[in-house]
Amino acid sequence: MPMNLEIITAERSVYSGEVDMVIAPGLDGQLGILPKHAPLMTVLKPGELTVKKSGEEDMYVAVSGGFMEVIGNRVSVLADACERSDEIDEARAEQAMQRAQERLAQRGSDMELERAMSSLQRAQIRVNLVRRRRPRTGGQPPIGS
Amino acid sequence: MPSVRDIRRRIRSVDNTAKVTNAMSLVAASKMRRAQNAVLEGRPYSVKIQSLIANLAAQPMDDEAGAQPLLAVRTVQNATVLMISPDRGLCGGLNANLYRAVGNFILVRDVPVQAVTVGRKGRDFMARTNQDLKATFTDLGETPLLVDTHAISHMIIDSYCEGQTDEVYLAFTKYVSTMAQEPVIEKLLPIEPAKLTSAESVGYIYEPGNLAVLQSLLPRYIEMQVYHAIIESIASEQSARMVAMRAATENATELSGDLTLVMNKLRQESITNELLDLIGGAMALEG
Repeated sequence: MPMNLEIITAERSVYSGEVDMVIAPGLDGQLGILPKHAPLMTVLKPGELTVKKSGEEDMYVAVSGGFMEVIGNRVSVLADACERSDEIDEARAEQAMQRAQERLAQRGSDMELERAMSSLQRAQIRVNLVRRRRPRTGGQPPIGS
Repeated sequence: MPSVRDIRRRIRSVDNTAKVTNAMSLVAASKMRRAQNAVLEGRPYSVKIQSLIANLAAQPMDDEAGAQPLLAVRTVQNATVLMISPDRGLCGGLNANLYRAVGNFILVRDVPVQAVTVGRKGRDFMARTNQDLKATFTDLGETPLLVDTHAISHMIIDSYCEGQTDEVYLAFTKYVSTMAQEPVIEKLLPIEPAKLTSAESVGYIYEPGNLAVLQSLLPRYIEMQVYHAIIESIASEQSARMVAMRAATENATELSGDLTLVMNKLRQESITNELLDLIGGAMALEG
């Protein structure tokens, strides 16, 4: 029996549909959600969210933190920001990673350091995701890049 | 009595104005559609986060819960109003209505009110009326992202947590429909979970714990409220501008028509006069 998944951010709805399993980056570790899960409300940390659906390839979504609510066969992910792997532009993600690394190397104030760390983390997640996807799609550049 | 030439000049200038206002209304219409979309797309998130907070607040908590800085109710010695306004004018009565609402609000408070503004119009209003303007943000653009508004919401959260202000109100123009926008002033801080509506009350498993979830949920809620007010204010601004500019175009077209009528009458009159002169002259010669 499939369950309903909805991924929304403050700006738009990223995904909505029936899925078989969701693996989310919980604050204390990965969480796998299957249909008929007990009501759950959790904080997500920046990471990858995997969506499994029988008969289809897994979908990967990069989330930069947020919340997940599971209630009565319905999973809602409230992400701070997120991108589906097919939306990520690899070149841009890599650039962002480089920029973050440079900023980190400059060693500004504590706050700047913290910000650079978290943007590096986010960029890394995106780059990893895209790299993982590449062998399957044959390394074609994303449309519109 | 204006000459035919003066009137013709005037018609040309009115027609040009009509062209400009027409273009502005078309531009505003397309921006409005985009802004409306942004409001609609953001609604599920905002509804969800509200019901989550309401739900969470109804849960039994440890004693520390009372110490949540964003829920703490203090005796009010100092209030802040966060005013969201457009950067530009030419949008009918929208700005004036917002000024009136905010002005009245500040007048009836019996505590000093600090102002934080988003948008050039709000800043100018506060400066003009000599309010205590603490900070101002401008040039957010027509389609701000949530991250663009973080600086604003975090400044508000910080100043509340540090005790610089004991109450924060959010003033913006609510988008009712294309034809109607109304200025509203809502309480932003402290958060009053009792006023939020919860669709369902469920015993969730909280991971990693009630308190941790609440702690990260509350700032998100404020960010969301601020972001939502901003995009709603943009939708209001664009639709008000579209309506105002369309009305201006209609008025200009009407005025141009009236002027053309006057001009034709004048021209005919002058031709008749000339003819009469000619005939008169000819008759005198024959006479």
